[in-house]
Amino acid sequence: MELDSQTPGGTGTGPTGNNPETGIASAQGGVKDVEAYKEKLKQTQVSKWESTSKSLKKDWQLYTFLILPVIYLVIFQYLPMIGNVIAFRRFVPGGSMLGQDFVGLRYFEMFWNDRTFWRVFRNTFTIGGLTLLFNFPIPIIFALLLNEVKSMKFKRFVQTASYLPYFISMVIIAGMIMEMLSANGIINQMIQFFGGDSIIFLQRAEWFRTIYVASGVWQTTGWGAILYLAALTNIDPNLYEAAAIDGAGRLKQTWHVTIPGILPTIMTLLILNIGNFMNVGFEKVFLLYNPLTYETADVISTYLYRIGLGSANFSYATAIGLAQAVVGFVLVMSANLLSRKLTNRSLW
Amino acid sequence: MHLNDTKGYKAFRIFNIITMILIVIVTFVPFINIIAQSFSSERFITAGEVFLLPRGFNIETYRAVLSNQRFWIHYRNTIVYAVVGTALAMFLTTLLAYVLAKPKTRLKGKGFWVGFSVFTMFFAGGIIPTYIVYNNTLNITNTMWSVVFPLALSIYNMLIMKAFFENLPPSLEEAASIDGMSTYGIFMKIVLPLSKPILATMTLFYAVAYWNAWFQAFMFLNDWTLFPVTLFLRNLISGATATGEAAAAEAGGAQIASNVRSVSMFLTVLPIICVYPFVQKYFVTGIMLGSVKE
Repeated sequence: MELDSQTPGGTGTGPTGNNPETGIASAQGGVKDVEAYKEKLKQTQVSKWESTSKSLKKDWQLYTFLILPVIYLVIFQYLPMIGNVIAFRRFVPGGSMLGQDFVGLRYFEMFWNDRTFWRVFRNTFTIGGLTLLFNFPIPIIFALLLNEVKSMKFKRFVQTASYLPYFISMVIIAGMIMEMLSANGIINQMIQFFGGDSIIFLQRAEWFRTIYVASGVWQTTGWGAILYLAALTNIDPNLYEAAAIDGAGRLKQTWHVTIPGILPTIMTLLILNIGNFMNVGFEKVFLLYNPLTYETADVISTYLYRIGLGSANFSYATAIGLAQAVVGFVLVMSANLLSRKLTNRSLW
Repeated sequence: MHLNDTKGYKAFRIFNIITMILIVIVTFVPFINIIAQSFSSERFITAGEVFLLPRGFNIETYRAVLSNQRFWIHYRNTIVYAVVGTALAMFLTTLLAYVLAKPKTRLKGKGFWVGFSVFTMFFAGGIIPTYIVYNNTLNITNTMWSVVFPLALSIYNMLIMKAFFENLPPSLEEAASIDGMSTYGIFMKIVLPLSKPILATMTLFYAVAYWNAWFQAFMFLNDWTLFPVTLFLRNLISGATATGEAAAAEAGGAQIASNVRSVSMFLTVLPIICVYPFVQKYFVTGIMLGSVKE
């Protein structure tokens, strides 16, 4: 209804001005209403367009900032995304990046019926699940414990030390794991010291998950705690005092003040972690696995790497990769939606 | 405040300090072990007798690795990739972060551009199409660009920087604009000098990322003279018996033994460990700056 008062150059009379008399008139008024609305819509579109072009003209220098980054993203991110069409088209090495002829869902059927695919799918799921189970809560516990350390110097020292591994190349991490777990490495030295027999860990499929998760905890706990520590320092100290006056002990204070204080951070990171659930670290698996441990170690990304770049089945590997990316995307979206519904917090 | 601590809490604090010390020890042991091995003689390593201190101290392996020209070629490559890549990445990241930090009223279609950038964080093209784009469409495999471009714009870093720019007081830019300064001028003379902390943080983020990267090189490079030191190390670690020149590169100089591995690992990680104590606070501030906004 407010539309009419703003419609310039129209009939000048709106449905309200016309008639309280008949239903027909008001029905006609309804039609006019729609027209007026369309007119208005057109005008706002025009004015939006005008203001954009005006802003472009006046502020063109600002828009030039977009050019190079956008070109970069188009070439290095969106072009490979488009390249995913070879999941539906046969790719011939040396041919067009968009493939030769359309084969529909053939490659998807192929992996659906591929037993190895289901093995790597299961492994991805297990390793991803275990990572979430350990690598997500441990930094929270670490941050809470570190927060109880009173000496600032000691606290800072522990923190600084704890995230050093995060900045080390995965190649070095893998190298250190191999050295430590080798027949004469320090882990086996310790086992022998306590009278056990040495184990060649990296050749035993049943050990791979443990190695993967434990080294992940070692590498990421300190870094993962940073955001929680930041959130902890932002909690109002008055809340603790109030809780103490109410007779809450340390444990209760942690439960009723500290945890709620860092809950937003926990939720945000949980969403991100669930979203990344299927993206099991390719690099570490790739560096640490070998045919002897494929049974538990081979994950979707390493499998598709082998069949894609190893045996040149580009289209087949792309189909697997695309399916994984879509599932991953849906996971982030659902986690985000769920979080918004349940806790009113979301990434966007 | 400590007076009314209960006995239980006091016990907890002692336990807590011990836990923290243990965490620090566990964090450092693998590094110390590698350093100890690098200075030990082969005999003690094979016997499994090197723990935290070198046994049969010698620097022979260091001499062998350091006098190996091929090692220096890889090392130089790593430095070149890190410098060129970081420069390019900083350029792209700063531009995008600055423009996306502008309010909707100034940047028309801001929502679209933010979405356009952030979408790539959650949906990537995948390894095979990426390879095809680099190899067939752009034809840059086996050049340094195939190592430099993949890491040249991290949207995550861009968002941290964007948050920083958004927190700058707008009045400064407005005043300069009224004085007739162009957007370029404002960006160069006002915004960049004010943003030194975030620029330093991001530079370090990228430099470390380039220093540590190996997979792009593994996937895109064939010519061993282009390999960064991390890829050299990877081949050394996995004992890859690659054909041709790559194999020659690995065999050149010294025999492959855990000794050589430890030395190479230590030399690769050394620059990071050396600068780490001085720069780690920037890393933390950077992450904080990005998170405070939420």
